[in-house]
Parts: sequence; C-alpha cells; structure tokens
Amino acid sequence: MPAVIDVRDLRTHIVTRWGTIKAVDGVSFALGEGETLGLVGESGSGKSMTCLSIVRLVPRPAARIVGGEVLLDGDDLLTKTDDEMQRIRGRKVAMILQDPMSSLNPVFSIGMQMREPLTMYHGLRGRAVVARAAELLASVSIPAPAARLRAFPHQLSGGMRQRVVGAMAIAGPPRLLMADEPTTSLDLTIQAQYLGLLKELQQRHRFAMIFVTHNLGIVARTCDRVAVMYAGRIVEIGPVRRIFTQPAHPYTRALLESIPRFGARRERLAAIAGQPPDLATLAAGCAFAPRCPAAFDRCVEAPPETEVVPGHATRCWLHVPA
Amino acid sequence: MAPHTPPPLGAPRQSRDAPRPRDASGTPLLEVTNLTKHFVVRRGALGWSTGLVRAVDSVSFEIPAGSTLGLVGESGCGKTTTSKLILALEKPTAGSIRFEGREVSTLGGKGERAYRRSVQAVFQDPYASLDPRMRVGAIVAEPLVINTDLDAAGRHRRVAELLDLVGLPERAATLYPHEFSGGQRQRIAIARALALSPKLVVLDEPVSALDVSIRAQILNLLMDLQRRLRVSYLFIAHDLAAVAHMSRTIAVMYLGKLVEVGDADAVALAPKHPYTKALFSAALPIDFDRPPDEVTLSGEVPSPLAPPGGCRFHPRCPFAMPHCATDEPVLRPESGRLVACHLY
Amino acid sequence: MSVIALPDRAARPEPRTRGRRVPVVSIGIIAVFVLIALLAPLLSPGDPYEQSLRLRFRPPVWEERGSWAHPLGTDRLGRDMLTRIIWGSRVSLAVGALAVLLAGAVGATVGLVAGYYGGRVDAALMRITDATLSFPVILLALILAVTVGPSFSNVVIAIAVILWARYARVIRGQVLTLMTLDFIAQARIAGAGAWRIITRHLLPNTLNTLVVLVTLQVGYVIIVEASLSFLGAGIPPPTPAWGSMIAEGRDVVTSAWWVSFLPGLAILLVVLAFNLLGDWLRDTLDPKLRQL
Repeated sequence: MPAVIDVRDLRTHIVTRWGTIKAVDGVSFALGEGETLGLVGESGSGKSMTCLSIVRLVPRPAARIVGGEVLLDGDDLLTKTDDEMQRIRGRKVAMILQDPMSSLNPVFSIGMQMREPLTMYHGLRGRAVVARAAELLASVSIPAPAARLRAFPHQLSGGMRQRVVGAMAIAGPPRLLMADEPTTSLDLTIQAQYLGLLKELQQRHRFAMIFVTHNLGIVARTCDRVAVMYAGRIVEIGPVRRIFTQPAHPYTRALLESIPRFGARRERLAAIAGQPPDLATLAAGCAFAPRCPAAFDRCVEAPPETEVVPGHATRCWLHVPA
Repeated sequence: MAPHTPPPLGAPRQSRDAPRPRDASGTPLLEVTNLTKHFVVRRGALGWSTGLVRAVDSVSFEIPAGSTLGLVGESGCGKTTTSKLILALEKPTAGSIRFEGREVSTLGGKGERAYRRSVQAVFQDPYASLDPRMRVGAIVAEPLVINTDLDAAGRHRRVAELLDLVGLPERAATLYPHEFSGGQRQRIAIARALALSPKLVVLDEPVSALDVSIRAQILNLLMDLQRRLRVSYLFIAHDLAAVAHMSRTIAVMYLGKLVEVGDADAVALAPKHPYTKALFSAALPIDFDRPPDEVTLSGEVPSPLAPPGGCRFHPRCPFAMPHCATDEPVLRPESGRLVACHLY
Repeated sequence: MSVIALPDRAARPEPRTRGRRVPVVSIGIIAVFVLIALLAPLLSPGDPYEQSLRLRFRPPVWEERGSWAHPLGTDRLGRDMLTRIIWGSRVSLAVGALAVLLAGAVGATVGLVAGYYGGRVDAALMRITDATLSFPVILLALILAVTVGPSFSNVVIAIAVILWARYARVIRGQVLTLMTLDFIAQARIAGAGAWRIITRHLLPNTLNTLVVLVTLQVGYVIIVEASLSFLGAGIPPPTPAWGSMIAEGRDVVTSAWWVSFLPGLAILLVVLAFNLLGDWLRDTLDPKLRQL
C-alpha cells in the first residue's frame, strides 16, 4: 500500500540565545491510509515540532527546517512554495490542537468560522456553505447543527468546541490529520467520546492520522503504531502491541514501568532517574545515556536505527549486532 | 529492567494492607459530614435574578491518620471546592468539618491558626505556586515565619532539613524558582507544605503538569513522606491510575454529590456505579489482556446551575430507570463500598 | 533519599544577548540634566534673576550680535538664557520626580488594596479612580492656582492628584492576575494576613510595572508642568521654569526665536530621553514577569 505520508530524515533546528537546538533530528516514518501513528514523548522531545514541520508552520525566524523530505502522496511538501502550502494546509493536511478555545476565534460565530475554509478551498457560496457547514457539524455528532452555527465558541463546552475543530479539520477531506494532544484539556468521559469520534471519522474518510500525546493509555487504545521520541529523535517505532509488551529501547521500557497501573499493588513506582535533557547542552552520542540504566561505552556515539524485527525499529546500541 | 530505587534508610517497610490505626480515642483525623457549599450567581442585566450553583451537596467522608483519600470526578463535580473548604479558603454553607474531633468552623483565632498549621496544600501548577521574587529558602521558611517564633538560625536549620527530606541540595535555598525544573519546583512546594509538620496535606493534581518520566519520582516521594511522617493526603487527580496507586480509599464525585466511596482497589477494579464504570473505562489502562468494557457516556456534563432532578446522573446513564428521574439515591453499602444508585 | 542534582547552568554556553541595547544616549541625557539641576549654583555662569534692560534680546553666540558673555542669548528682561535654562531644569525635574513618586505611591496603594480585597472595596475605589481619570488635569491646576495661589507645591499636588488614577488602574489589573496564581493561596494557607500578602507578595511582583510606568510618566509630567507654567498657573515668575520661559517668548517668536525655542528644545530632549528609557525598561523588565 503506498504511503499517504512519508517523512524521511526530517530535521528542524531552532536558534536560541544559547545556541542551536536540534528540535527534530532525523525523524523518519511512513503511514498508509486509515493508519494511526502515536507520537509519544515528553516536553522537548520534538513531537509537536515534527507536526509543525510537516505543514511548514515552524515559528520563524528562529526555527528552520534544515533537511529531509516530507512526501504527501509522493509529493514533497518541503519543496512547495508558500502559496502552494497554503492550498494544502487545511485541505489535504489538517491539524487539531490541544486548546480548542484558542483554535476558535472567540469573536466570530461557529458558522462564520467554518465559512472561511469552505469558500476558500471548495468555492462554495451562499446557502451551499451553510448547508455544508451544518452537514459537517452533524458528521461530528453535534446535536442541532443548524442552530449551532449561530453559536459562539464560549457558549459551547470544551468537548463541543473540539468537535467543531474536528468538523473544520475534516472539511477537506484531508489525506493526513495531525492531532496534537486533542483530549488533554477535556474531561475523561468526554475524552472517550472524542477518541471514538476520531476513529469513526478515520474509518469513513480513510485519512492517515498522527496522534501526538504523552498519555500511553490513549496510544494503546487508539493507535496502530507508535513512535517514541526523545530529544528530537525517534528512539523506537513499531506496532503498538509489540512496543508495549516487548519494548526494545530502555527509555520506552522505563516509561512503561513508571506508569501506575490499576490493581498492581506496588510499593514504589520504578522512576526514571535524572531530568529530561536540556537540548541546548546535549552532548554527542545517545541523548538518553545519562539516565539509562544500561548505558555502556558505545553510547558516547549516536546509535543508528536498527531493526529488531520487521516493522519494529529502535535506536540503541543494545540491539546492534556486535 | 529499570533499577528499583531502594526505599530511604531507616524507614520501616509498611504494606498498604496493614490497618492504619486511628488515634487513641478512635476518631479519624478528618471527618466531613454533609458538607455543602452553594454559590449564589447573579444573572440578568442588573443582577436581579439569581441562580444557585450547588457546588458541593451534602458530602460526607473521613480520612484516617496517615492514610490517603483519593477524590476523583470531572469538571464541575465539586472536588476543587471541597478541597478549598477543607483548606478553609471557603466557608461551608452547611455541614461540618471535624479535625481531630473538633469542629473547624467554630474554632476561634487560636484554634483556627492551629488548624492552618495542620492542614497544608500542594497545587498543580509548579510555575504559579512559588513566588518568583523570593528565594527558595524564604519560600519554604514562610510558614515558619508566620506561625512559629523560631529565630533565623532555627529556620535555616529547618529549611535545610526540609530540602533534604524532598531530595534537594542545601544550596537550593539560595536560588530563585525560575532556576529549577517543574519537578524540582514541586519538590520545593512539598517542602513548604511540610514545614509546619502538618497532619493533612491536600494534593490537588500534584503531578499533572509534570513530564511523565518525572511523575513517578514525585509520587514515590509523596509515598515515602507519608510513611516517614505519618501524614494524611487528600489526593485529587484526574489520572485515575495514579489515584488508585496512591490511595487507600477512593471517593467519586459527580455534580456535587458522592456517587461511590470505598476501598481503592475495589472501586478501581470493580466499580459499581455506572458513572464510576464509565470513568474508569475511559481512563484507558494499558492492558491488552483485559477486554475493554467500553462504557462510553453520551451527552455533556450538565451545568451545576441546573442539575438534573432525581439522580443527577440519570440523563447520561446507560442503565437509567424511570424512577431515577424523580428519586435521588442515597449512599448505601454494596459489595464492601458505598454506592448511591437505584440499581442496588 | 538520593539528592537530586540541580541543573548545571554553568554548562550552558554564554547567551549572546540579542535583546535591545541599553539606551546609553537617553541615560546620558538624563544624567546630564540631573547633574545640571543638582549643580546649578556651581554651573550657571550668572544669576537667573539678574535683569539688564540694556542687554535685552541678545541672540545666542553663533548669531551676528551674539557674544560668549551670554552663549544662549538673553530674554526680554535681559536675563541670561543659559543660566535660566539650567535653573529651569531644577524645577522641571523636581516637579517630575516628586509628582510621579507621590502619584505612584498613592496609586499603587489604591491598586493593591482594590485588587486584593475585591468586592465592595474594589468597586468603591474604582469609582473614585474613574472619576479622577476623567478630570482634566489642566483645569484642576488652574482651579488650584486661582483658589489657593500658584506655587511649587500646588503644582506637584495638582499633577499628582490627577496622575495617581492611572497607576491605580494598571496596578489593580496586575494584582487581579497575581491573585489567581497559586502562591497567593499558598500564603493564605500558611496563615499570612492581608498586610503580609500585599507587601511581601503582591507589591514586589508589581514593582517592575511600577518602575516602567513611573519612568514613562516623567516626560508627561514635565510637559504638564510646562503647560501650566505657560498658562500662568504653574510655577510663578520670576522662578525660571521652562514653560513660562516659552510663554514669555511667545510674542517675539519670529524675531527673538531663541527665547521660546531653547527652553522648548530642553523639554523635548528630557521628555524624549525619559520615554526612550521607559520603553527599554518595559522591554527588558516586563518579559520576565511572564516567567510566572
């Protein structure tokens, strides 16, 4: 199956007062239709910056994409002009962000906000716009969609707002949908509803989905594959079930062990020693080495990506045949 | 395998199963009975019409000494208001809070100060809970300055002791908050909360704002401190697995009322109330072997201004029966815990 | 319990600060004028009050009839312009400093109290603030001048009375934001009372804003004082004040231009310097508040 999105060796650097930070340092993955990739990592791991790099919305001038390819249905997005990217964003590639209140303009009604992409991208006019907008709201299970078009963001609950954002995202319909922590600010039961909605939309429109989150529970339930990021690099990638039951990278393993589980009567959680890395003072070599319980002398050199079994790869010297 | 950090030296290994003794007279440390808090909301152009937000409605629970009560619920359930009532940041509309047998609202000046010393808090946002213009030493020492007559040297010693207790080096006292990471700031907040040797600490989402790899460190620290200092916790969090891990008892709130209260493992692994079931199934534990019992709720959380009649949960309940809309259920014992539901 | 290592900030390479450069010129100008004001008796070539009708309207030294005896010329009563400008700086800077400090103290207090207590206290204080804000300052000063008589202290008070409301509004806004932060609740939980919270927690966190406001307002006050003096309601003659000096030269602007122009230039320089300094302070100080 040809890949919908094929990211190859993506690199994004950010220039700060303390030097250049390699926010995205050689990230590669590919997704097919209807496939969901979970992008997991902590703050500073580069997961959000990866998504922004794919649509070329990195905060300029400090951040710059310095290398790699991003092939959307075979077409390299990094070579497109700004005009071409504008036609692609929102249409072929859509994004849902964490805070629905800042994704929606508080002074415009829902209907007015949905009008913009519909007229711009689909050339709809007048009543056709209203009809299509109501249709989109209905497809995300918003009750009384026609009436909702006149409502303002603050009149809706958090869950509703995220649904509206979702409706705008699937207007394309997109080939790739990137969701960056879309449920973090929602209540748990609303979160469950929303994740169900995303899955349903994906089945209907067959788009590839990148789901950025730090919550491994969500990844286990909603994603087909998962990529674990640390300090700008993907340290492990593979099918969800395999990664969770047989993690190859010490960071993944430590992460899974440090999470409290129901009914596991443990006295202490197995915490990861140390602090997340300071990207400005990153030494050469494996970024996780200072905190890794299995670090040894080869770790002063950055490990290459090696295959553990087909479809499951990791960046760790422990898995490189001697 | 990640290394298993050994528990601190000298601390007795106590299993969570050992019954926590109540104090000599048998009264629990904190006893909350029919606690109620209503907020009056003025609506209309001139503020004439009023609405009533029943933020906390007749809630009762107790926390024994040295034990943890986990309080869970979604937005609008009243857990934040409950914590504010216990911290005496708000006055209850009705009901009683008894601390060590004494009613809190009737305490005079001295009694109130003593209560403040015994009940402290750690909040969610490590970046907003420390005064950015004060050095860490001054921050941790502030409760001592206000409440004790320790001299500067005495305070300095106590601060060093507290910093050591939370795993920070002594020289941290001379630095400013912005020089620390989120996890370290929470340690500072914990050190401050322990300055007066409180008996109860309200933990309001203490690790939600921290990176996942740091959360385990802080949770371990909290458990260690509980063992060493025999302090009780009111643990409020939306990470249900963390709550189940840390707590002895779990109380589930919905729109101001308690719907289920009981032993943590019982409530987490075999919830009885439909809302609890939905909540814990939505918590998405990572367990591929357990079949997902998806209880996905429909609808939104209703506004606390106009809670549904009868059982407040009935509009969203997949098991609702006709009389759920008219009769409000009360907490009744069922399978070793208390449930407020007409199913039982 | 193993001790956590603190992040080693020394390991970070030296930041190449690309923030705005320190406004050396502005600070220089202000420093010069402050020095001039302080050392006026030593620096001025002559007596600001000495009149000489024979030497009326002498032009500055670079003009045809000018001389080094009066480098910046003389005014309508033959008084040395350079001397009067030097002495005028005393008035302007003194009024500027005193008025903003007084207004700042009162305004910050009102803002802190209103923001901390909220409710009826806040509502009452804000009504007073709003009323004050809508009152035209010149009018008040004129009324004071007419009723109590123009004088140095009346000018300072008049300006401060109008100005404090501005500070009150801004500080109150900041306090409202600060009150939502957890460390205030923590202070209360620790048993702190209103006094401690206001002085130990709220005030230090509003100082940055206060400093910026005060600096930016000095220029405004100097102009107000000059306007008042121009209108005759400010510092009474014969005390040299830049504003009244401009007024005195009103009629001869086309012929003896230096009488109005030079004091005006002095005002321009000082006000501009304070404004630029205030801008820079705001850019450097305020962003750190967002570290909260």
